[in-house]
Amino acid sequence: MWRDALVVAGKDLRIERRSWVGLNQVLPYALTVLLLFGFAFDQDRSLLAQAAPGLYWLAVVFAGLPAVQRSFAVEAADGAADGLRMSGLEPAGIFLGKAAAVALQLLVAQAVLAGGVAVLFHSRLAGPGLLVASALVSTAGVAGAGVAYGALLVGLRARETLLPLLLAPVLAPVVLAATQAWRSALGLSAGPGGGWRWFGLLACFTVVYLAGGVLSFGALMEET
Amino acid sequence: MVLCVRLRQVVAFAGRYPLLAGVDLDVAEGEVVVLRGANGAGKTSLLRAVAGLLPISSGEASVLGLDPVRDARALRRRVGLLGHRNGLYEDLSALDNVRFAARAAGAPKAAAGPALERLGLTGRLADLAVGRLSAGQRRRVALAMLAARQPELWLLDEPHAGLDASHRHLLDQLLREAAAGGATVVLASHEAAVSTALAGRTLAVAGGTVVGGLLADELGPPTDHQVGPPAGQVGAVSREGVGPAPLAQAGFHVA
Repeated sequence: MWRDALVVAGKDLRIERRSWVGLNQVLPYALTVLLLFGFAFDQDRSLLAQAAPGLYWLAVVFAGLPAVQRSFAVEAADGAADGLRMSGLEPAGIFLGKAAAVALQLLVAQAVLAGGVAVLFHSRLAGPGLLVASALVSTAGVAGAGVAYGALLVGLRARETLLPLLLAPVLAPVVLAATQAWRSALGLSAGPGGGWRWFGLLACFTVVYLAGGVLSFGALMEET
Repeated sequence: MVLCVRLRQVVAFAGRYPLLAGVDLDVAEGEVVVLRGANGAGKTSLLRAVAGLLPISSGEASVLGLDPVRDARALRRRVGLLGHRNGLYEDLSALDNVRFAARAAGAPKAAAGPALERLGLTGRLADLAVGRLSAGQRRRVALAMLAARQPELWLLDEPHAGLDASHRHLLDQLLREAAAGGATVVLASHEAAVSTALAGRTLAVAGGTVVGGLLADELGPPTDHQVGPPAGQVGAVSREGVGPAPLAQAGFHVA
């Protein structure tokens, strides 16, 4: 399974490295969202700083949608999805590989977004460990849920519009827990202890999403 | 004779639409079989059912000793399928595509270079993004993916489409070599010349079932309306594909 995941992740990242389609869409889109949030709350600097973690994670989720759509668009073209099914690769490995590739692209986008948050929203760092850990775990959650839903919708004509509709409620707990963990990490709520409790909840949801994807991806691939 | 493919009264649907209507088929190991039939006759569905991509609703099926439904994943690792579409990643180079196919199937990554060379895709062509290649060149990349994988069973749907005369000849050579090496080849083609050049056996497909084994020159040129199986063996065959008549012949009742 792990070898198959590496093969698939390597393929998806190579496609991205050669085309830059994903990041060329994801990065400008995420930065635009962040800027729009900044303009919307520009009159009240303290409110902007308070809302920064939530706005950041909303921007990350919005950026995740085109990344997931791109991940399955390359499989839909020229019958590559059938090729993937005929390859003999473990579905769990395919799921983990695709999720890893999406997660890596999201992490690149997040690094840029985090800089934007620091500059635009005047955020200060109080707990770097919690911030990095929650960023990594929530990215895995967003990518895992996104890839599972992407596979579910791949055969549908309205997949581009259905993906955000179905994925947003599923990712609500991740956005909530990541926001609270980051509030703690940015010194916006009392003490880091509360932040780590939110991190625990975040980790639970991420494990559920990844386990669900690993177990169901084979059936999802066959159905589409 | 060891059978590579054995189908008995195999029936398959797409929703409620019948695709295969009681197919009986035996293909021996190392054999080259050409399936001929009109558009919508069921050739593609038959290849997909053998590959384990089309769920079989009823009947018995054994491919390489495995059940295509229950053991689909194990079977697919040993089968190479080239469909109407090439299954290529447009942003990747030809070399990257073939390397991925080889690695996914557990073949050495180094198999990619010789496979591309065998199909005449060397130098700059191997490094170009597949999206920039011509239709014929893309077809050859897809064939190189199969050549690198070296499957035990080759399933090819109109593999000559888009190839020029010299590369058609090259493909025929490749398939003969695969068969000589012990692989089994089943390919669907409209073209009588293909049957004559390649096949040990040519089978006529119509109405979602195999209607007879014929020599290539006995079939005559196929049309969109009808293939030339013996009269009385086939139910209604139309442009729209398989109707309920063949299913009824197979003992199934369509509501």
